[in-house]
Amino acid sequence: MATILVHVMPKPEILDPQGKAVGSALPRLGFDGIAQVRQGKRFELTVDGDVTDEVLAKVREAAQTLLSNPVIEDVVEVTVMDATGAVA
Amino acid sequence: MTARIGVVTFPGTLDDRDAARAVRLAGAEAVPLFHADADLKDVDAVVLPGGFSYGDYLRAGAISRFAPIMETVVDAAKGGMPVLGICNGFQVLTEVHLLPGSMIKNEHLHFICRDQTLRVENAETAWTTEYQADEEIVIPLKNQDGQYVADERTLDELEGDGRVVFRYVGWNPNGSRRDIAGITNARGNVVGLMPHPEHAVEPGFGPDSRDAGRHGIDGLAFFTSAIKGLLASA
Repeated sequence: MATILVHVMPKPEILDPQGKAVGSALPRLGFDGIAQVRQGKRFELTVDGDVTDEVLAKVREAAQTLLSNPVIEDVVEVTVMDATGAVA
Repeated sequence: MTARIGVVTFPGTLDDRDAARAVRLAGAEAVPLFHADADLKDVDAVVLPGGFSYGDYLRAGAISRFAPIMETVVDAAKGGMPVLGICNGFQVLTEVHLLPGSMIKNEHLHFICRDQTLRVENAETAWTTEYQADEEIVIPLKNQDGQYVADERTLDELEGDGRVVFRYVGWNPNGSRRDIAGITNARGNVVGLMPHPEHAVEPGFGPDSRDAGRHGIDGLAFFTSAIKGLLASA
């Protein structure tokens, strides 16, 4: 079994209110020197068999169709994690 | 003839009863529609009410958009049927691409609930003919993800084509681009807005009005507009 990781981020030109709130909380807790925070989503899609090109293509399509809204978000990365946790 | 207006219930919808009540008070028959059912039951118009369908999981409206009823609603909307999306219903309409843009979290991050003044900028859509252009109305607003966003080109297009139907007046409550509270499609039959007209339809239960507390019924004309249009074309 392998897991495909899909990372979705708000588009750079879209204001990210959650990231902004996290960013302003950090210095209050003493974590200085962080200029900006943007908050996204990571999906872990575990597949039964091997991760073939066909499976990856299907996941990329799902990422564009359901997992992200292209109006406000970008799918920034699709990677494969094997059973040991190593990311290819 | 009595117009039949369908009100869709998704898992997590909150305002379907209020929307149905508004439809009845305006003089039409309210027909309950269910998300899992692709049948529109011969309705003449559809309301997608507010709430938190699927708990707003993933993105508000993102999962409801794939409900069997939505395929039928999209077909009917493309055929010219009046469709109104209120709050979460507006979010569903953007996710299903009947309306452009999207809603993100309120700029100030707080859930907001208040009586909101809006300016009617387009009184020619299927849901606004009973208003005057530039008329100001007060209806409740309550949301968490109400900040309307779209790229500049889309916003310019909306403005140029007169497709901004409602704008926030006095205060922009969620950071929406260009104070946009509601928009329509090119044909004017599909309208989506964040504030809730169905909560301002009955004296005693609406926002405060000039006449008396809780007596504002500025939302009723959404529904009477649609009904008048349907009866005229029947």
